Amino acid sequence: MSSERVLTVPQSGLVLLVGVPGAGKTTFAARNFLPSQIVGLDFCRVAVGDDPTDPTADGDALDLLHHMVRLRLGRGLLTVVDAGNVQERARRQLARIAKDNDVPCTAIVLDVPESPARQRVRERHGPAADTRDVALQYRELHRGLGRMQRQGIGRVHVLHGPPEVDTAVIAYERSTDDRRDRTGPFDIIGDVHGCRSELEALLTELGYALHRDRLGRAVDATHPERTVLFVGDLVDRGPDSPGVLRLVMGMVASGHALCVSGNHENKLVRALKGGAVRPSHGLAETLEQLDAESEEFRARVLAFCAGLVDHYRLDGGRLVVAHAGLAERYHGRTSGRVRSFALYGETIGATDEYGLPVRHPWANDYRGRATVVYGHVPTPEPEWVNNTICLDTGCVFGGRLTALRYPERALVAVPAERIWYRPARPFPSPHAGPGAPALRAVGAVDAGDVFMDGDRLGGKVETAHGTVRVGPEQAAAALEMMSRFAVDPRWLLYLPPAIAPVPTSGDPALLERPEEAFTHYLDNGVHRVVCQEKHAGTRAVVVVCRDEGAAARRFVPEALGAVYTRTGRPFFADPEVEAEVLTALREAVGAAGLWEDLDTDWVALDGELLPWSLGKEDLIRDRYATVGAAARAALPEAARVLAAAAERGLDVAGLARRVEERATRIEAFSRVYRRDSRPTRGPAGVRYAPFALLAAEGASFAGRDPLWHMGLAERLAEAGPLVLATRYLVVATADPGEVTAAATWWRDLVDAGGAGMVVKPSPGAPIRGSAGPVQPGLKVRSPEHLRIAYGPDYDVPGQLAVLRNRRLARVSAMALSQHALGLEALARHARQEPLRRVHQPVFGVLALGAEPVDPRL
Amino acid sequence: MAKRHGHTWSVLLTISATRCPVTEFGLLLHSDPDTVQTVEQAHGAAHVFYPEANEQRCTAALLLEVDPLRLRRTRGGRTPDFASVQYVNDQPYAASSLFAATIAAVFHRALNGECPERPERVRTVLDLTLHLPAVPCDGGPGQARQLFEPLGWTVTAEPVPLDPGLPGWGDSRYLALTLTGEQRVADALSHLCVLLPALAGAPRLLGDGREADPLRHAAGWLPGHPHRAQIADPPPEGHDEDGIAVRRLVEVEGRSTGTGSPPAHETPADGGRHADAVLAVLLEENARSVVDLGCGSGRLLALLCAEPTLERITGVDVAGAALRRAERLLGQDRIDEPARLALLTGSVLYRDDRFASHDAAVLMNVVEHIEPGRLPAMEQVVFGHAAPRTVVVTTPEADSAPRDVAEGAGAYRHPDQRFAWTRDRFRAWAQRVARVHGYRVRYVPVGPDDPGPGPATQMGVFTR
Repeated sequence: MSSERVLTVPQSGLVLLVGVPGAGKTTFAARNFLPSQIVGLDFCRVAVGDDPTDPTADGDALDLLHHMVRLRLGRGLLTVVDAGNVQERARRQLARIAKDNDVPCTAIVLDVPESPARQRVRERHGPAADTRDVALQYRELHRGLGRMQRQGIGRVHVLHGPPEVDTAVIAYERSTDDRRDRTGPFDIIGDVHGCRSELEALLTELGYALHRDRLGRAVDATHPERTVLFVGDLVDRGPDSPGVLRLVMGMVASGHALCVSGNHENKLVRALKGGAVRPSHGLAETLEQLDAESEEFRARVLAFCAGLVDHYRLDGGRLVVAHAGLAERYHGRTSGRVRSFALYGETIGATDEYGLPVRHPWANDYRGRATVVYGHVPTPEPEWVNNTICLDTGCVFGGRLTALRYPERALVAVPAERIWYRPARPFPSPHAGPGAPALRAVGAVDAGDVFMDGDRLGGKVETAHGTVRVGPEQAAAALEMMSRFAVDPRWLLYLPPAIAPVPTSGDPALLERPEEAFTHYLDNGVHRVVCQEKHAGTRAVVVVCRDEGAAARRFVPEALGAVYTRTGRPFFADPEVEAEVLTALREAVGAAGLWEDLDTDWVALDGELLPWSLGKEDLIRDRYATVGAAARAALPEAARVLAAAAERGLDVAGLARRVEERATRIEAFSRVYRRDSRPTRGPAGVRYAPFALLAAEGASFAGRDPLWHMGLAERLAEAGPLVLATRYLVVATADPGEVTAAATWWRDLVDAGGAGMVVKPSPGAPIRGSAGPVQPGLKVRSPEHLRIAYGPDYDVPGQLAVLRNRRLARVSAMALSQHALGLEALARHARQEPLRRVHQPVFGVLALGAEPVDPRL
Repeated sequence: MAKRHGHTWSVLLTISATRCPVTEFGLLLHSDPDTVQTVEQAHGAAHVFYPEANEQRCTAALLLEVDPLRLRRTRGGRTPDFASVQYVNDQPYAASSLFAATIAAVFHRALNGECPERPERVRTVLDLTLHLPAVPCDGGPGQARQLFEPLGWTVTAEPVPLDPGLPGWGDSRYLALTLTGEQRVADALSHLCVLLPALAGAPRLLGDGREADPLRHAAGWLPGHPHRAQIADPPPEGHDEDGIAVRRLVEVEGRSTGTGSPPAHETPADGGRHADAVLAVLLEENARSVVDLGCGSGRLLALLCAEPTLERITGVDVAGAALRRAERLLGQDRIDEPARLALLTGSVLYRDDRFASHDAAVLMNVVEHIEPGRLPAMEQVVFGHAAPRTVVVTTPEADSAPRDVAEGAGAYRHPDQRFAWTRDRFRAWAQRVARVHGYRVRYVPVGPDDPGPGPATQMGVFTR
């Protein structure tokens, strides 16, 4: 079968089958393509007109065909059009759709002689079928054959005669940008601009071995594992563009590097081809330097630069490299405007005061999943903006030459040896746009990312555990809290969810007790739970960084951590106290060996800071001690006048008894807040009881077994005196003996003045029960501590009866939603997703917390 | 808002008279000294009884048991004082207001000077002693004396210790208050009804709808009171004015965590002068559209709306409560010119396309409320993204704060004004922002050309 034709077709794009009626297009398509890839005009005719021969349906059928083609191409799918496509106008329309979608258009012409075509038409429609049309179209096809490539069709295959048509095979050609099979690791290098010496230094710094020719000129660089990606703009302005080209061409030729075209390469190609190009922006220098090279070298340079593609997709599509960046809609696409975007960026048509084009900050609007690495715009500090980063650090202007290690995301840079070229615009750029700090660098996100889409407030967050909706009022409240009180959002990788209270006690004399927690979990199919002592402190999330590098990389520069409350506020008013607490925790993490065990240089913890009075003197004074003070002043006097009235024979016995009982309950109430109010001086007296290690580099641990967390908390407590261990007990919920023992354990805790306990399912939330998701924790508070939540008199029978009817459904639902959001935020942070993606679920936790649920539930 | 199950408050008042016949005293108070009279109130039960009743001394006691369950049931969210009812658990002033309302309700006939049998009796001046063991009063004994002494009372006011179990925590905001003086009973009661809420800094509640504003009982003495302003003026914005965000924070984290009313523009120090100065700059810069970032309750917006050359005015604030006040203030303008003025919920720390496309942006007394660490975010949002031709920034000058509020660390003019800026700091910041974002900056003095301290407000005008 040596004569079979092989037709190359792009993996995605538009294929037009061209041929007269009866040429065998449908048969050809069915033999060579998947049914789903074929959009046939006959099908469309039937779809809109029932009768395939009804000529009045032609217009609508064509509309449908175009619509289907447009949708498929928009989704990046290979699409084969089985229609005559003999008329030039028909082809132009389809080519236009391909162009609009930035995909290539290929034509396969089935050029069969008239007679077999007529024969087939008769076979199809009967011997009386009108075949005049075949002759007409035959002539039209031949007239148009030579013009096809000017009609927006990139490649034309012509199959001559039925034998070729019947044997031709399709070979898929991947698009030039498709290097998704290359998974790296990569070192992506920013704009070199002829700075050969700095390039050599950077490659050496990155661990590459340089290979030189007889004259000592670098012609290749190799690394046992890694590959270099150049973002383009190798040439112009700098001292040795030929030297840079020699090295990069060598690396690309030997497969040690890939390179995309920069705008300067594009212009160099035109100049070398003898085009009329103004030798500005450093081109003159390059041409002069190339003049000193051989003709053969110049020819190689021309071939190399002319062959550079505009962008690459790599690592399974997770990485895109383009000189000036690339909007997501252009990833994997091919067209003039894709090339223009990739080489020049999206300009808005205006120029700035230096005569340079004003660029649209596309990265600010980028929401794609792929990481985009680019250069083109000199920027003092490379900064991640929505999962994109610009590596042009203005080496030729006296800045640095920067590389991004991928997937590690570490930046490596070498300084310029000198200012090689004076920029048109002062560098660092003083103007807004990519030169000004990126949103990520200042901890800002778009209002649209936190449910403020224009004037529409509220929205939803898709989490791995379901969609969570945020209402308009909640969003507004969270916006205010975040803006007025919260720490820098870069610290907020998590906000703790509310913990739902245990279902109301079966014992009418109590509001909460342990038995219902065990029953609840058992009923939901959870057979093992962990009871954790509930500390009478304040919930606090702590981020501890090993060094400032870790903080700068993952959180906020020039810091070592943060301690914040469940509403995102800084826990400590005094930054020095915070710093000392963080230092103590850092030492504990180090001494416990967690940096090594978790292979991380930061950790985030969730726990309780003690004593309760820490930073809450006002709250204790205003809300609790004041109640005690008023009662202690008024009740004894009331008792005294009542006693005097009784002496006079008045019937005040009931009143006197109530006053006496009230005094007793006030004392019980006061004992609780007094016990949890201990003086602290700076960090002295402060304890932190972690109950979860939320996250470390690259990992969220929030879903782990509570026992794993307790184990780590014990290690930390052994390693550092600031850390307080939490007592806990594992309970098999189906074992009556263990359940009784656990209830006794709780009673012992609360009798000794403890605040109660939290019961968590093992092996860790989220767990789905028979009736949906199961609470990640249930709190069982001590009868005495409930006085703090519900007032000193909550256990008066009348009040208790009312409280026992409190509705827990809402707070339970809120706890689950907040839990889902918290896990989502941690997962996104672990995946190094952009700030806005992490901030959104965290913002959601805060917003749901503004829900009008009784805060003491 | 949250359902609250409160604490049962007991509030006590004793009224003693010496050298007054028991029957006489009972008739004056319209109560029988030999029985316990219980008056059911919507918010609890009030009991009147006489622990002493002899020829030397006669004492009536009023003991109010505030029942939080009844309070919630009966008053619910339907009355304007809903918010204070919610806080009755931990906001003593509310108890004080309820008690004043109870006095007015229980003794309303005495208060009105009714005595059908012997009308001249109500004019009798008695040797009275009033005792309240726990009166909430933020101003301490001095304030109690200030309010009661001009009315002829001898005042004994002892601070109530906060808690004997919390040594070092000092006194509570309660006083044990004893008033003695030659007074008519009706006057004494009216003094309490009006002054107890004033001491607590609380709004006056209307008792059970039977009584109108208790102030009407004060018609005879209030106009001559030297401190009538602090008595008669409605108290400053209470919790009901705060948005749910702030209420939620107070719930969870307490008052100290910086609440107060929403921040912007409320600095009283130099009145409206800086607003005038901002407007002058905007006109000078030929601005046709202005976005007021942190517009607060709309003081500047009102000024802008009066300016016909401004075609589009946008007010932005993060505090919903402030925006609602602005809406009330500017209601008329909004109806007249719906297209000209827009009020938006938004934050200068979140990039927002709605801020763009204005000729000028104003940050009037906003920057001092932003944590220093978050300023770069604001700079990026305002100067980098919205990037109007003109940005006007004003902030009070730290070193010119008036003495009376500047005492003690952290005593700024506004409860939420956390980071006062000195002139040097402001200028260094302004220069840097201008450089990074391609603006020129000039400084415009605000306030009188006082040869002494510099202008109370500093203003930077950024242009590009």
